Amino acid sequence: MASAFQRRVGESRRKSQRGAEETPLVKWILISLSGLFLLVFLLIPLVNVFAQALAKGVGAYFEALTNPDTMSSIRLTLLTAAICVPLNVVFGVCAAWAVAKFEFRGKALLITLIDLPFSVSPVVAGLIYVVVFGLQGYLGPWLAERDIQIIFAVPGIVLATLFVTFPFVARELIPVMQATGTDQEQAAMTLGASGWQTFWRVTLPSVKWGLLYGIILCNARAMGEFGAVSVVSGHISGVTDTMPLRVEKLYIGYDSTGAFAVASLLALLALVTLVLKTWFEWRQERLFEAAQRSDPGEATHDTRSDRT
Amino acid sequence: MSIQLKNISKSFGETMAVDRVEFTVAEGELVALLGPSGGGKTTVLRMIAGLEIPTAGDILVRGHRVNDLPVQRRNIGFVFQNYALFKTMSVRENIQFGLKIKKWKRSEIESRVTELMELFGLQGLERRYPHQLSGGQRQRVAIARSMAPKPSVLLLDEPFGAVDAKIRQELREWLVRLHHELNVTTVFVTHDQEEAMEVANRIVIFSRGRLEQIGTPRDVYENPANEFVARFIGVMNVLECVVKGGQAHAGELSFPAGGAPDGTQMRIGFRPYAVMVSTDLTQYPHRARVLHTFFLGILLRVEFELPSGLVVRGRMTKEEYGLLGLEDDREVSLQIKNYRILARDDAPLGSELPSPQPTPPHIAENI
Repeated sequence: MASAFQRRVGESRRKSQRGAEETPLVKWILISLSGLFLLVFLLIPLVNVFAQALAKGVGAYFEALTNPDTMSSIRLTLLTAAICVPLNVVFGVCAAWAVAKFEFRGKALLITLIDLPFSVSPVVAGLIYVVVFGLQGYLGPWLAERDIQIIFAVPGIVLATLFVTFPFVARELIPVMQATGTDQEQAAMTLGASGWQTFWRVTLPSVKWGLLYGIILCNARAMGEFGAVSVVSGHISGVTDTMPLRVEKLYIGYDSTGAFAVASLLALLALVTLVLKTWFEWRQERLFEAAQRSDPGEATHDTRSDRT
Repeated sequence: MSIQLKNISKSFGETMAVDRVEFTVAEGELVALLGPSGGGKTTVLRMIAGLEIPTAGDILVRGHRVNDLPVQRRNIGFVFQNYALFKTMSVRENIQFGLKIKKWKRSEIESRVTELMELFGLQGLERRYPHQLSGGQRQRVAIARSMAPKPSVLLLDEPFGAVDAKIRQELREWLVRLHHELNVTTVFVTHDQEEAMEVANRIVIFSRGRLEQIGTPRDVYENPANEFVARFIGVMNVLECVVKGGQAHAGELSFPAGGAPDGTQMRIGFRPYAVMVSTDLTQYPHRARVLHTFFLGILLRVEFELPSGLVVRGRMTKEEYGLLGLEDDREVSLQIKNYRILARDDAPLGSELPSPQPTPPHIAENI
C-alpha cells in the first residue's frame, strides 16, 4: 500500500513537471493563500496575545499573574483538571473496554451517549446541572438542608467540566482497543495472568499512546472550558473563577495586561498540547504501520533467516 | 490418560457448536482435531484450555475435573491461530511472561529462556519485536512462550494456517521432531486432512459439532466409520447409483448392490487408486478417454471420461503414467478394483468390497 502511495506521489510530481507552465503557479498561489489565511487568522492573533501580555513589560506581566484572584483562578483550573482527567481516564478505559471487547445490547446507544457532550452546546451542559442541583432544581432543597453547595461552587465546576470532557479518552481508546482485539489478553490468561495482571501488563501497554493522546485532549479541554463552567460558576472572584472566566472578567474590567497574561498561559497550554498531540499522532502512525506489517497474513516471509 | 472429555456439549445461544463429544488423549500423544470449518473443533480445544465453558459434560486433565478451574490454573500451553504475541514486548519478554507471572526465580527464568531460545532456533532474536519477525519465527516464539512454564498439555489452534506452503511443511516436520523430543501431550486443530495425517498419532474427526471418528491416520483412511469421514479423508470418487437387478448402476459402471431391492438409491465410493487403467482396450470392461491430467508432483491425478459423460478420477505415479503411454484424449479401458457402498437409505457404512470381475494383474505390477 505504501509503495502504491509513493508511486502515486511520484506520478503527480512527474505530471507537474511535464504539464503546462501554470501548474507551479497554481501550486504557489494555493500554498500562499493557505499560508496567508493561517497567518492572518491564527498566527498574528496568537502572537498578539503574547505581545499584549508583555506590552507593559515583563514586570507588569508577572505582576498581573501574581494577582491573588488570578492565582486563585489558576489553582482552581489546575484542581478541576486534576480531578476531571483521572476520572475521565477511568471512565474512558471502562467504556472503551466495554465497547471494544464485549458484545451487548445497547452498545450503539452507549456509543451515542459517549458522543453526546460533543454535540450538546456547553451552555446546555452547564444548565443541566443548574436544573438538577440548583436551589430551584430537583435536588437543590435537599442539598441546601444539608448545607451542600454544588452550583456556584467548586463541585459544580468540576461536574460541568467532567460532562464536557468525558468523550475524549473513550473516543481515542475505542478504535485502538478494537484494533488490538482480545487475543493478547487471552494469551496472557493461558500463561497464568490474572485479569488485573493482564490489564496492567498487556492491555494498558498496547493502548498506551492512544490513552496519552486522549489524556492530552481531555486535559486541554478541561482547562479551557468556558461555556459550561460559566453557567455553574457564579463568577465569584478568587473562589469560583477558572482561568477562562478570569480572562473574560479581566478583559471586561479593562485590564488588558492581566487578561492577556492569563490568556497567554492558556495559549501556551494549547501550543504544548498541539506539539504533544502531533508527536503522539506520529508515534501512533508508526506503531500502526508496524502492527500492519506484523499481521501474519501480510507478512513477508524471510525464509533464509528461518532456521527451522 | 492426560485429557479426558466426557459427554461434552457447548451451545452458543440456539446453535449447538459441540454435541456430546467424548474422547481421551493419552499422556505424550500427538492428536489432531480435524474437521471442516464450523465443525466445533476449535471450540473443543478452547474448552480444554478453559477459554470456553462447556454447557454440559466434564473435562478431566490427568484425572482431575477441571470444569470449574479458571484458565489461569489449568497449566496448559495454548498457541493461538494468529499467535497473539504481545506486540509491545520483545521475543525474550514474550517468552518469559508466563515465568514472571508464576514468580519463577530470576536465575531459573534466565536459564529456561536460554534453553527455549536454543531449542526453538531463536538465538539472536531476543530483542526483536513481533513485527520484526517472519511468520515462521513468530510461530516458534508463540510455541516457545506457551511451553515456557512447562505446561502439562500443549494446545495449538490451526498452528500452520497463517504461514505459506513451504514454511508450513518445515513447521510440520519441526513440530513432530519437537514433540518427539519433549514428549508433551499435544492437541492441535486443523482443517487440512493431509496435515492431520502427516503429523498426528491419532485423529479426532468432527463435523457439525459431532465426533465422527477417532483413530490412527491409517485407521480413518482405510476404515472410515461413515460416509462423512470416507469423503473427508483423502480423495474419493462418489457416484449416485440406482439399483436394478441386484446391481447399482451409474452410467456404464455397475457394482453388486449387496442385496438391495430394485429402485433403491445408493451412493458408491471408491478411492482414486482403485481405478485400474490399460491402453489395451480389451483388458478392462469399460472404455474411457483421458480427459485431463493434473501434475501433483510425484503423483498424477488423471480424469477419465466414460462415453456416458461420467467422470472418474484416478491416481498414479509418473512412472506408471509414462509406461502406460497415457496422454490427454487417449482411449483406454478401465475398471474399479475396490468400492464401498456409502449410503443406502442412511444405513451405516459397510466395509470395502472387491469388484467381482476377474482382475487381471495390474500393469504396474508386471514391471
